[in-house]
Amino acid sequence: MGRVDDIAGLRRILTQSRVIAVVGLSPNWYRPSFFAAKYMQEHGYRAIPVNPNAEEILGEKCYPDVAAIPGAVDIVDCFRKPEEMPDLARAAVAKGAKVFWMQLGIASDEAAKIALAGGLEVVQNRCVKIEHARLMGGLHWAGVNTGIVSARRT
Amino acid sequence: MADHRFGFDTLCLHAGQIPDAATGARALPIYQTTSFVFDSADHAASLFNLQTFGNVYSRISNPTVAALEERVAALEGGRAALAAATGMAAQMLALLTLCRHGDHIVAARTLYGGTYSQLATTFDQFGIEVTFVDADDASAFKNALKPRTKALYAETIGNPQLNVCDIAALSAVARDAGVPLVIDNTMASPFLCRPFEHGADIVVHSVTKYLGGHGTTMGGIVVESGKFPWDNGNFPQMTEPSRGYHGVRFFETFGDFGFTMKARMETMRTLGPTLAPLSAFLLLQGIETLHLRMPRHSASALAIAQHLAAHPAVEWVNYPLLSGNRYEELARRYLPHGAGGILTFGVRGGAAAGVRFIEAVEFLSHLANIGDAKTLVIHPASTTHRQLSEDEQLAAGVTPEMIRLSVGLETPDDILWDLDQALEKSQR
Repeated sequence: MGRVDDIAGLRRILTQSRVIAVVGLSPNWYRPSFFAAKYMQEHGYRAIPVNPNAEEILGEKCYPDVAAIPGAVDIVDCFRKPEEMPDLARAAVAKGAKVFWMQLGIASDEAAKIALAGGLEVVQNRCVKIEHARLMGGLHWAGVNTGIVSARRT
Repeated sequence: MADHRFGFDTLCLHAGQIPDAATGARALPIYQTTSFVFDSADHAASLFNLQTFGNVYSRISNPTVAALEERVAALEGGRAALAAATGMAAQMLALLTLCRHGDHIVAARTLYGGTYSQLATTFDQFGIEVTFVDADDASAFKNALKPRTKALYAETIGNPQLNVCDIAALSAVARDAGVPLVIDNTMASPFLCRPFEHGADIVVHSVTKYLGGHGTTMGGIVVESGKFPWDNGNFPQMTEPSRGYHGVRFFETFGDFGFTMKARMETMRTLGPTLAPLSAFLLLQGIETLHLRMPRHSASALAIAQHLAAHPAVEWVNYPLLSGNRYEELARRYLPHGAGGILTFGVRGGAAAGVRFIEAVEFLSHLANIGDAKTLVIHPASTTHRQLSEDEQLAAGVTPEMIRLSVGLETPDDILWDLDQALEKSQR
């Protein structure tokens, strides 16, 4: 629990989670948020777009904020500026999410503390898609150093 | 809990290869296939859009080749790697991902002859200008910088001059200029030196040499550190929508492996010097013993250098870790575990004695390669540099009496025996 940055912890989060609220998901296919959400959809996750300026992205209805999402959310995955993170952490706590995830290039100690105090696990400065591909296969095919050494058949 | 950090030896054997999910095969399967089926039209579209990672066509990626790529990336302490058909192809892919027509590179004057020709002749035809400078002088690199300089290029250990690069000093110049330092680490291998630890940004190898280690297979590789700030304004091809790959912004989308993705999806995909899966398998077999071979290559080379230094038929010996060598201090800093298997020496009696020596060796192999498990020997003035005038040979660091040895893994006393009997015949 707490801040998660190791292989076992990230793998557990990605194995236990199914519903991801993607805050700042862009409708443009070439944007990183779209890449990530489409990838996660294809790997069995539900990616719920949080974007007040769009109706529907990747076949899912868009919501203006995290609070408006009906039903439970496992991960609040944030593609927004670092200064917006504390408010998003409060929204994730209020929603009862399990993980507050800040994307690659985004970190906020203040937001992390808010989420941790609310009982959430926190990941920062990592891409949900890249971590899934690194830990569950896929990224290896792109020649990336995954850091995985194992003789287990996966 | 922090992840366990595996040692170099373990990575030589395991990095990049977990047992095959489909069959449980422990050894690396050879995926001898050109192409990979799509699950659906949508899956195909996602693969082509790079929205999902997977294999499409072996010119771009292949699971056997990927194991080699990840393993070398791990051994170098880098983020990602792209394998190529040869070392020459690898350095070309690295530099053509950085440079376009009108751009400029500053390179060490002591580069391997094949590399020198690629940069001075072929790149010149592409409109990429290269300034060659004194490899020992970081200020010469700095003074040669131009507004369109896109890379600094040098070798950990030069060949055949065996000059040791002050990587940290060049890295400081590169960092101030906002361009990557590209280091050819072929002669050292990541066992002896990991240039990223000294500030290099991209490493290239001829995997043919020590990594493969057995003289069976050609191969090359490009490794990126994952630490270069591609958004510093000097590399719009990394931050702007790609013309070569329908609008993808490589740095924004792939972050610290964006350079490797661009090199793969644009440079490799369009130029095509792909490594064959069987070659990747053979090279990977070699890498499994890199950590055992390099100490032996280095220890035998040092012992032979010391023996030759005291030999009456030898005028001079050049080996970086030999006491009193010009590069001894840099070698102790950058190559603390050994300086590799390559040494040069001068046979007393000039070019004619050099030829007599070469013709008298019994089991040392006379050929133009380095980094084999077997000991190799060559007289550059009568072979690799034969087409040059004596002045040009001297400029390339090749003197008439120079012999280059690539010390192998045979019984050291046997190598000494063959050298001694051939040196004796060279003096008749």
